[in-house]
Amino acid sequence: MADESIPRRQFLKSAAVAGTAAAASVTPAAVAAQSAGVQPAAPASATVNPDSEGMLTLTSTEAAFFSAAADTLIPADSLSPSGTECGVVTFIDRQLASAWGGGAKMYRNGPFRKAKPEYGYQLPLTPREFFAAGIVATNAWVNKTRGKDFDRLAAKERDEVLKLMEQGKAELADFNGKDFFEALLQITMEGFFADPIYGGNKNKVSWKMIGYPGLPATYANVMESHRNKLYKVEPQSIADFS
Amino acid sequence: MATRLKEVDAVMVGMGWTGSILARELTKAGLRVVGLERGPDIKPSEDFAMPQIRDELRYVQRLEQIQDPAMETLTFRHRPGESALPMRRMGSFLPGNGVGGAANHWGGQHWRYLPSDHLTRSNIVNRYGAKSIPEDMTIQDWAMTYEELEPYYDRFDKLCGVSGKAGNLKGQKIDGGNVFEGPRQNEYPTPPVKVTESAMMYAKACRELGYHPFPQPASTVSQPYTNSEGLTLGGCQYCGHCERAGCEANAKAGPHVCVLPVLRADPKFELRPRSWVSRLTYDKNAKKVTGVVYTDTRTGEEFEQPAGIVVLSAYVFGNISLLLHSGIGEQYDPVTQKGAVGRNYCYQLSRIGLTMFFNDKTFNPFMGSPGSMMVIDDFDGDNFDHSGLGFFGGCRIQTGHGEGRPINYRPTPPGTPRWGSAWKKAAVDNYQRALTIGMSGSNYANRYNFVDLDPTYKDQLGRPLLRLTYNFVENDYKVAEYCMGKIVEIAKVMNPSVMGSPRLRKGDYDIVPYQSTHNTGGTVMGNDPKTSVVNRYLQSWDASNLFIMGASTFPQQPAYNPTGPVGALAYWAADAITSKYLKNPGPLVHA
Repeated sequence: MADESIPRRQFLKSAAVAGTAAAASVTPAAVAAQSAGVQPAAPASATVNPDSEGMLTLTSTEAAFFSAAADTLIPADSLSPSGTECGVVTFIDRQLASAWGGGAKMYRNGPFRKAKPEYGYQLPLTPREFFAAGIVATNAWVNKTRGKDFDRLAAKERDEVLKLMEQGKAELADFNGKDFFEALLQITMEGFFADPIYGGNKNKVSWKMIGYPGLPATYANVMESHRNKLYKVEPQSIADFS
Repeated sequence: MATRLKEVDAVMVGMGWTGSILARELTKAGLRVVGLERGPDIKPSEDFAMPQIRDELRYVQRLEQIQDPAMETLTFRHRPGESALPMRRMGSFLPGNGVGGAANHWGGQHWRYLPSDHLTRSNIVNRYGAKSIPEDMTIQDWAMTYEELEPYYDRFDKLCGVSGKAGNLKGQKIDGGNVFEGPRQNEYPTPPVKVTESAMMYAKACRELGYHPFPQPASTVSQPYTNSEGLTLGGCQYCGHCERAGCEANAKAGPHVCVLPVLRADPKFELRPRSWVSRLTYDKNAKKVTGVVYTDTRTGEEFEQPAGIVVLSAYVFGNISLLLHSGIGEQYDPVTQKGAVGRNYCYQLSRIGLTMFFNDKTFNPFMGSPGSMMVIDDFDGDNFDHSGLGFFGGCRIQTGHGEGRPINYRPTPPGTPRWGSAWKKAAVDNYQRALTIGMSGSNYANRYNFVDLDPTYKDQLGRPLLRLTYNFVENDYKVAEYCMGKIVEIAKVMNPSVMGSPRLRKGDYDIVPYQSTHNTGGTVMGNDPKTSVVNRYLQSWDASNLFIMGASTFPQQPAYNPTGPVGALAYWAADAITSKYLKNPGPLVHA
């Protein structure tokens, strides 16, 4: 659990160092502690950036939020390290700093109107702006209901908060909590499962976990020999071929 | 003021499948042809190359090869009278971008429409009576029969090297192929692609129930093939990345591998990428177009390209919008049912199915191509008796694997949370065990589903966006429910460890989740100018030197995917232009 007497910026800095160590090798003790329901010594809620490379676009508040969210959606357990340790926050930072984050391939002309969900996204916000606004709205609501920012909540409380948002029961001011949750879940899973070249899925951790071979994906000679037989190889990614 | 260029014999508006085929056929006939393409040129050796092409985030999530809605999108509403809103992100369907068009990122499922699909209205009238057709169902016949189009289906098969097994060779039914298909004059150019364990399990269950499973015909060819242009396709590697990405093995048929190398080498052809056609120049009194106006998207400069023949070979929406922006033909009105442009817009019932889990199976879901499936057509089109069913049309029903890319493919049993440790365990446990029976269904035309221009929103050139008014109707829901019943029956025979819940489409059409890039209609073919935009040679009723290609000419959507007939129609129209029109320019059909 985070020591709230430490200012956030300093706290993030030290967490980044802890994160580096955690990413390099997930200590069996930490994993065991986590699966036993005990918080490991390095708090899963705040392992911000395992690279300690700094953020391209995220503020420290945003990085702390994404880190806490990623570690709730993808907790460290016997199957994988936490979302943050897998590079999910780095991934999100780079995505939101990318052309996509800036609203590339979106039609952004007005007028803007509220619409039924079947009409799709109708806000003027770019993905970068959408997440910024969503974090502000979520933290405001969590502060109102629980007295602190989302990333300062205990794991169990974070779980409860995200469930409320998923169920559409979070009463965010002027922001759709359910839509925000869906976008948050989506970008977190993208970070966990995308090719590691984008900064997430460190060491191909999720591909190893589910048994996805990655590249080169040339299966003409094994299609028939591996019908109902596990095709198991060490996954390879884009960087392995570059 | 647009810079006026030197006249050419023919200009293609869009350089995907149909633009490439028409340009090739017309240059072969001696014409000087310019191919205008809004998007960039594509170099497969770089743009479809390993390792970058195996990038799920870039191609599937961020839609690298898909049309940019910031340039042009459409607005959407469910029914007349509602305000439409722009499709701000591509979702339900994904038109292509750049030379090669949507063929760069298609999956390669390659069909011919059923003989009864060519005669949709008259077949129903003959079999069930005229009164059986609901009043608002504006289905109509194609302007040519299957038998007339068969030689052109055959030509397109040989361009693509399609893999499959014939089920009807010159009228003789062949077990193991699709016994419902129309008679083929030739076997498929290449044998079927390898199918998956799941496809074999599915086929076994279907046979037990007395159905007729066959391997999915595919333009992801099973072995190297030299096509009718002397170009060579590679053999499919079963990489699982066909949809939304180019093929690094040159195994997936498309303009780049099947036509363009020959065309690029022909001095009579000139390709101009980044050339966005904003309108056609039209002489209404002469009933002729005189050329096109386009913007160079690099400089913003506008050019007028005069041409003897204009071929609209853009995607469905591009064809419709260019007619409307150019004042060619009359806009359809659902109230009066007058006007033909924008009429009979149809879609496809897709991404509907049932997922099951087999604890004793290992499917390697990442291996395969969209052709690695087994299919039944027993409930497709009018292959079954519709008496008393209360709907027309049907579904093809299929199973296979090959899209195990993990951002999108993470099947878990019903009731599993979507995140957290319990989710993770289920995702790991079930990645190898899940099997989905899917269906793709017909979508028959309805009076109130149509396309016109939006009164509010504009594209990057300042033109009004197209406005799509569309919803599923009772017929569609009944098709889906009936076919889901068949899926459940097959699923029970397959006897999974865990049975999932049927995934049906209910309520209003949702433009957000991907369903299929099989939009049709809006410039439909027919024998009556009141209810069609082009005649049987895909020649505009309103301009005799304007020909319109592609699925925008389909009067309604059968269950099959449209690329096979789109290619066949391109050869059919090219043949009409070179053998009839050039000898005697003018209307080829007198209404």
